[in-house]
Amino acid sequence: MTAPERAELPVVPVRHPGRWVAAGVVLVLAAMLGHWLVATKALRWDVVWHYLFDPTVLAGVRRTILLTIVAMAIGIAFGTVLAVMRLSPNPIVSGFSWLYIWFFRGTPLLVQLVFWYNLPAVLHSLSVGVPFGPSWLHTDPKTIITQLGAAILGLGLNEAAYMAEIARAGILSVDEGQIEAAQAVGMTRVLTMRRIVLPQAMRVIIPPTGNETISMLKNTVLVSVIGYAELFYTVQIIYARTFQIIPLLLAASIWYLFMTSILTVGQYYLERYYARGLAHALPATPMQRLRARLGIGPPVQGRVSAVQLSTRQEHR
Amino acid sequence: MTELMVRAVGVRKHFGRLEALRGIDLEVDRGAVLCVIGPSGSGKSTFLRCINHLEKVDAGELYVDGELVGYERRGDRLFELGDGDVARKRAEIGMVFQRFNLFPHMTALGNVAEAPMRVKRQARSVAEDRARKLLERVGLAGREDTYPRQLSGGQQQRVAIARALAMEPKLMLFDEPTSALDPELVGEVLDVMHDLAATGMTMIVVTHEIGFARAAGDALVFMDEGVIVEAGVPRDVISNPQHERTKSFLSKVL
Ligand SMILES: Nc1ncnc2c1ncn2[C@@H]1O[C@H](COP(=O)(O)OP(=O)(O)OP(=O)(O)O)[C@@H](O)[C@H]1O
Ligand SMILES: [Mg+2]
Repeated sequence: MTAPERAELPVVPVRHPGRWVAAGVVLVLAAMLGHWLVATKALRWDVVWHYLFDPTVLAGVRRTILLTIVAMAIGIAFGTVLAVMRLSPNPIVSGFSWLYIWFFRGTPLLVQLVFWYNLPAVLHSLSVGVPFGPSWLHTDPKTIITQLGAAILGLGLNEAAYMAEIARAGILSVDEGQIEAAQAVGMTRVLTMRRIVLPQAMRVIIPPTGNETISMLKNTVLVSVIGYAELFYTVQIIYARTFQIIPLLLAASIWYLFMTSILTVGQYYLERYYARGLAHALPATPMQRLRARLGIGPPVQGRVSAVQLSTRQEHR
Repeated sequence: MTELMVRAVGVRKHFGRLEALRGIDLEVDRGAVLCVIGPSGSGKSTFLRCINHLEKVDAGELYVDGELVGYERRGDRLFELGDGDVARKRAEIGMVFQRFNLFPHMTALGNVAEAPMRVKRQARSVAEDRARKLLERVGLAGREDTYPRQLSGGQQQRVAIARALAMEPKLMLFDEPTSALDPELVGEVLDVMHDLAATGMTMIVVTHEIGFARAAGDALVFMDEGVIVEAGVPRDVISNPQHERTKSFLSKVL
């Protein structure tokens, strides 16, 4: 059979009765769940709605976001440095990085948080200077390690250990020939890392970093143990007073879901950005497709014909 | 200023037990085109990589434009150069790889303009203007915004040549630039190299394209097992090889 003949013939896709049955079962279960959610009086959706935009809850949301952003920024920046150190030919430099990762991955995050929070109580002064020698700067540790400080320090330093491994895998995924080509045009090692290796490593680094960010957002609840009023601690305070535990947890969950959804969308676009030049043609984004359908904006590239579409489905 | 662009005296290089280069003596005049042939594993790539210090020489001396590669002589001692100094010297030597090694996250224009901008600190407009001219020179006008993946092998290799030329090198090294190409794409790359040779660029070309060596080469060396077995004018070496090993190698590639 030749290609033009095939294009003219009508295509009958394979039928999948099993899938239809499964889809039916899922629909019924979803309907049951939906009915339960709406009809169960104990869930108190009116209370959920009331607290969703309560100023104290909103302040908790803001603190959760702040904590996530700052801790991730520390984790990514320091993690990248650790990854580069880990790949250093100097055994002391790479050894430090190894030890750091071993320690921070090997102890529970909760323990680290409580540790950082209580450290000032046992340290009487903190000084910067030559080890065992003179020091230039004296300070009372209680002034720098506040609840927020301990939370940021604990989450950020722990995250750095995980990000270091992710960044290292990314760096190692870049072809050796890229480094040689960069060196051959006269780039220094630092420039090669910054302009050639890291941008290519991003493609490997970003998906797990997206996961890490979503985990971080949820792990911020752990700092409630040291009394920092992020979202979860905030709703705990409220329901300790009003006893409306389930509605307040629902309100908090709605916010967490909203924030993780935003992160998921952000990750999608970031991945596309770093995939430039690496895929022959990127599929259109949902927005581009919508605009093309509405006739505002450029037509979507790489549209596939019906025949190609059906062959694609057969592959799945 | 010396008339020699490259001078190698007893250059040796080993990887663990394996001796990749076992005493290479070689001279390349300014403006000359030297072609290097030899069987796989004979040390051709290793020698090229030593010239721009991607590989450290173990023994012997290697000079580029009168200066020792990778070291500085002060009094009667050799001081190893640091990363910055090595990079500065590499910037004066262009290299073209068998597998192109273009930067996949940059467009053709970006690939060519990157090093002049970051290494020579040229203004973006200046670097991109020059990059456009270079792409035109290698026959790729209009492909500035294309990413390497969307180009054919021959086009990619021509971008790679433009990328190397953008640094205005005094010496160009080619490591089997056409070996990864489909036969019908070899010609377009060789044409660019021919033109480059005609402008008086000093070139060292590792290649199995005997036709190119004969037409564009001023000298030809045949390497085997880390030594230069035979050297001379390309026409003579090709049509009248003196050594058994050269004869048997040429009979396979011709
Ligand atoms: N980084 C390295 N580590 C260990 N051995 C190496 C390394 N690079 C090259 N070699 C070895 O050195 C020898 C010479 O290699 P080289 O790449 O210079 O050969 P070549 O002449 O370029 O061969 P080809 O035509 O296959 O490219 C080979 O035996 C190779 O296995
Ligand atoms: Mg080789």
